[in-house]
Amino acid sequence: MKRSLRPLAATAVIFIIAYAASVLQFPSMLSTRVLGNFLTDNAFLGIAAVGMTFVIISGGIDLSVGAVIGFTGVLVAVLISWLGVHPLLAFVIVLGVAALFGAAMGAAIHYLKVPSFIVTLAGMFLARGGASVITQDSVPINHEFYSAISDLMIRLPGGGRLSFIGLLMVAIFLLGALLAHRTRFGSYVYALGGNPVSALLMGVPVARTTVQIYMLSSVLAALSGIVFSLYTSAGYPLAAVGVELDAISAVVIGGTLLTGGYGFVLGTFVGVMLLGLVQTYIIFDGTLSSWWTKIVIGVLLFLFIVLQRIIFAASAPGEEKPEKA
Amino acid sequence: MKRLHLERLANPQLLALAAVLLINWALFPNFFRITWQDGRLFGSAIDVLNRGAPVAILAIGMTGVIATKGVDLSVGAIMAVCGAVAATMVVAGYPTPIAVTAALGVGIVCGLWNGFLVAVLDIQPIIATLVLMVAGRGIAQLITEGYIVTFNDPTLIFIGTGSLLGFPMAAVIALVLMILVTLVVKRTAIGLFIQAIGVNRSAASLAGINSRILLMLVYGLSGFCAAIAGILVAADIRGADANNSGLWLELDAILAVVIGGTSLLGGKFSIPLAVVGAIIIQAMNTGILVSGFRPEFNLIVKAGMIILILMLQSPLVGTAVGFFKRDDKRVVSK
Repeated sequence: MKRSLRPLAATAVIFIIAYAASVLQFPSMLSTRVLGNFLTDNAFLGIAAVGMTFVIISGGIDLSVGAVIGFTGVLVAVLISWLGVHPLLAFVIVLGVAALFGAAMGAAIHYLKVPSFIVTLAGMFLARGGASVITQDSVPINHEFYSAISDLMIRLPGGGRLSFIGLLMVAIFLLGALLAHRTRFGSYVYALGGNPVSALLMGVPVARTTVQIYMLSSVLAALSGIVFSLYTSAGYPLAAVGVELDAISAVVIGGTLLTGGYGFVLGTFVGVMLLGLVQTYIIFDGTLSSWWTKIVIGVLLFLFIVLQRIIFAASAPGEEKPEKA
Repeated sequence: MKRLHLERLANPQLLALAAVLLINWALFPNFFRITWQDGRLFGSAIDVLNRGAPVAILAIGMTGVIATKGVDLSVGAIMAVCGAVAATMVVAGYPTPIAVTAALGVGIVCGLWNGFLVAVLDIQPIIATLVLMVAGRGIAQLITEGYIVTFNDPTLIFIGTGSLLGFPMAAVIALVLMILVTLVVKRTAIGLFIQAIGVNRSAASLAGINSRILLMLVYGLSGFCAAIAGILVAADIRGADANNSGLWLELDAILAVVIGGTSLLGGKFSIPLAVVGAIIIQAMNTGILVSGFRPEFNLIVKAGMIILILMLQSPLVGTAVGFFKRDDKRVVSK
């Protein structure tokens, strides 16, 4: 096996062991119903995490993801419920707004030469504040198109349901993997994360790629916001607070290095599923309080970071330690 | 510090603070009216100092961390943990000094844990502190068993809401801490060492600085500051709220440090200016509240503020200014 695939394999093996252990304790967890809900319940997180994977592989970070999800939800709800816009047109509008928003952040990061951390922090305040200024309350969405999409699902044997949003997430992951590993843009992203200076010298269009990366992240966050509004049938300005942290955790657990230049989109999928497994297990157990979720995620995060360090130290004995960014 | 030079007062941070205060005054003419009541000062300006104290205290610790090219995302969660420890121990009947000492100790341990991950395991600071940021609130919930632990301990309440010479206790604590840490950093070589690590850690280590111990110390200080802020916030509302205590305050603290002119790329730093940054943020908060705007505008104003600072600090503007000055030394940005 290729050495570079080790972290991905480690994540997958840990997921399988954890799932097998859960099934041994609660046999009913091995059902199409639970697996279907895995996809549906984590759809919005997964879609946002795909964008985050690209940002992190390029050596950056995007803190605005959760706020963009909240803002999108509110904008979609207001457009549909208050202004009577057809949902499809509303989707096009919010995706366009998000693309502009992401492009502005990418341009600020590149041209002002400031860390992505602080630019996307401003973006987070702006999007969350914008959503709260539009409305303070939860805006319900009652449109036949919405209920039609919510009812759209494939029934599996054993009572499981593959919902539209769950399948959409899987599709986004596959497209993301293709984009990362089979296109020129994908190679540019890896090159940028590996070393921005040598990427520039090799002729990577750094400015355009940086703008595109943050555009991609914001557009996927907006798509995730649309999915979230489909999931809850409402738009709420304080929705999805802190989702960026879950997304970052999923990306790290999925084997992507935060220093950039190395990672897998499909690893993030396993990371999202592992987070979903923790939540489902705690629901199944019933006696554990929900705050154990946070502790377990923290412990997992720690384990994977240490694991990555050990694997990289073992696989690159002669090399110098990577300089701290 | 012996003499105050006039030109040293004219730095961008103090000008910005003056501008924010002037705008507040224009929007709300009673902003500077301070009254003496029940043995203490009252007024919006005093309120700014009182409410700004927790973020100012966090910013003191955060400045050191950012100066070493790091960042501490976990301070909000550490606040929740330490508030929970203090409240739970007081309710369980321990004497207040022991409860406070224990909470401070827990804060230091949390900070040292972050420092261990960063200094010994060589993990990126943003990720190393993310672990505790995610897990910390869960731990705080575990301590309070999911409830908001309320208490009636007079000493603890005095720390949060009392006053010294008319000034709110929280502001006094922040001021004392700022002076102490600034003196230690500026009057010893520690400040120089911190700066050296931030500029180039390998070079600093080769020059004989024990970067591991120093990084542990810096993160430990950040945890200690977070513990103080956590106790203050819990004492202020007479209860430890594991979910909301210190929520997103790490971002405000980072913002305060950045406003204070400390570079996120490590090196140059100033603790008093970071505290000024925290007061600027709080002055904007209070200004928006007292002038009758909706509090949601706060986030947008904050975002605007960050964008403005980024524009001013960016090398692009520096090059432009250099160009107009016809400076021979062109700024070559990496």
